[in-house]
Amino acid sequence: MDDLRQELSRIHREDSRRILATLVRLLGDWELAEDALQDAFAEALAKWPVQGIPGNPRAWLVSAGRFRAIDKIRRGRIFAPLPEGFDELLVAPHDESSEPEFLELPDDRLRMVFTCCHPALSEEARLALTLREVCGLTTESIAAAFLVPASTVAQRIVRAKAKICDARIPFQVPEGSQLQERLDAVLQVVYLVFSEGYHSSRRVDLLRIDLTIDALRLGELLLELIPDEEVKGLMALMLFQDSRRTARVDAAGDLVLLEQQDRSLWNRLAIERGQKLVDEAFASGRVGPYALQAAIASLHAAATTAASTDWPQIAGLYQVLRRSSPSPVVDLNAAVAEGMANGAEVGLRRVDALLAEGMLVGYSPTHSARAAFLEKLGRVEEARLAWKSALALVTEDGAQRRFLERKIADLG
Amino acid sequence: MKYLCMIYGIEPDLSKVSPEEMKSMMGDYDAFTKDIVQKGKYVAGEALQPVRTATTVRVRDGKVATTDGPFAETKEVLGGFYLIDAVDLNEAIQIAGRIPGARFGCVEVRPVMDLSKHP
Repeated sequence: MDDLRQELSRIHREDSRRILATLVRLLGDWELAEDALQDAFAEALAKWPVQGIPGNPRAWLVSAGRFRAIDKIRRGRIFAPLPEGFDELLVAPHDESSEPEFLELPDDRLRMVFTCCHPALSEEARLALTLREVCGLTTESIAAAFLVPASTVAQRIVRAKAKICDARIPFQVPEGSQLQERLDAVLQVVYLVFSEGYHSSRRVDLLRIDLTIDALRLGELLLELIPDEEVKGLMALMLFQDSRRTARVDAAGDLVLLEQQDRSLWNRLAIERGQKLVDEAFASGRVGPYALQAAIASLHAAATTAASTDWPQIAGLYQVLRRSSPSPVVDLNAAVAEGMANGAEVGLRRVDALLAEGMLVGYSPTHSARAAFLEKLGRVEEARLAWKSALALVTEDGAQRRFLERKIADLG
Repeated sequence: MKYLCMIYGIEPDLSKVSPEEMKSMMGDYDAFTKDIVQKGKYVAGEALQPVRTATTVRVRDGKVATTDGPFAETKEVLGGFYLIDAVDLNEAIQIAGRIPGARFGCVEVRPVMDLSKHP
């Protein structure tokens, strides 16, 4: 009995999201599918001790869940009109003894990802829904990770599901020209989940939620189902960043700059895998913004010392990135790379030019970049002021704030 | 499922639009309408007169109050609409994206409530 419970809880942990996705497809209703999932596991707990664990547990659970849902609809149909498309569901035969063992189930998680990341939903809703429905995080965990009340997350999820139902957002993977555009929205959600986990200086001590792991899992899933070059690019980018996870924070929990990191702490396996994916993406000849950023990260990863970093090539890649996906933040990174390649004076001039355009005045890293170049040029007083400007723009307590305070203190 | 596609945009000064531009715009709309009619997606569609012709009506305490102008003063105004029949939001978005006005202004897509399901 204990073995059986253990097996069932393993299946629940590993497969319940995939089973839910298939039930949503079969039943066309999220709420019904969630109830069906619970019912299916309850039924397994009651029947498996007698019948034994079925050969294909996932298919058995899908079948049991579907059957229970149909049963519910049948019993309820005298009270409420049937939703559209349910007639075919009702006539589908259910034979518990033979069917599930031979049923080849398609993987419906990709439909789930595309529906959760539909551009008709708000960005916050997409994040919450993906973490809840695809990654299986609880509402409380999502709330803790994003530092918002659980009721807010719950409301976002409820509203998003209502819109999916009312506006009829289909449960499908888009085709043709829509796929590329929609894939971008999916990749954006995955990268947002990763960045939130990676850059978050908050400690959710008791729960210890690691969003980077969820993002990497989502990346693996996408890679398996759509091996597109930008999926490879994003996965590589996340792997390179993740390879530095232990080196970028010191024992006191303070940030360590790339320049000062102990490179022997970098995870070589993650770097090798990232490099392989970048090479594959570049070999396809269609290089997008994620593959470009991954290529930049790979050059950092390849440098055995900070001084041996290939800055001219990094600066060149940033220029390509500026053309393909222009943004003020990319402009800033390009300016910094150019300064590293051609000297602090050039870098300072580029950053000052960006500030003069006004776009990045309210962005703390701009002032940090300026401060670092001023320091290299020995202009200590101006550097101190620039570090202070950077600090004034940091709103949250945490590693970022402590880092800037230390910089100002170091200048004496 | 029916979706209402409301076409919003900055109202052009019709005195400054050349006859050629007007003709090409009308041609684009004609071609689009014909296409969705042929595909069985068209339910209704009209272009509206300029917003200066709008009148807003309210009934308060049983009395009709009439004011000049649209209910909200906005830079982008409702210029026309299509009522379409689409299988789902993805198809509705695809159709809305082909409305000529979407290239200059924007199209708000709203699903129509099915009153038979709300007894």
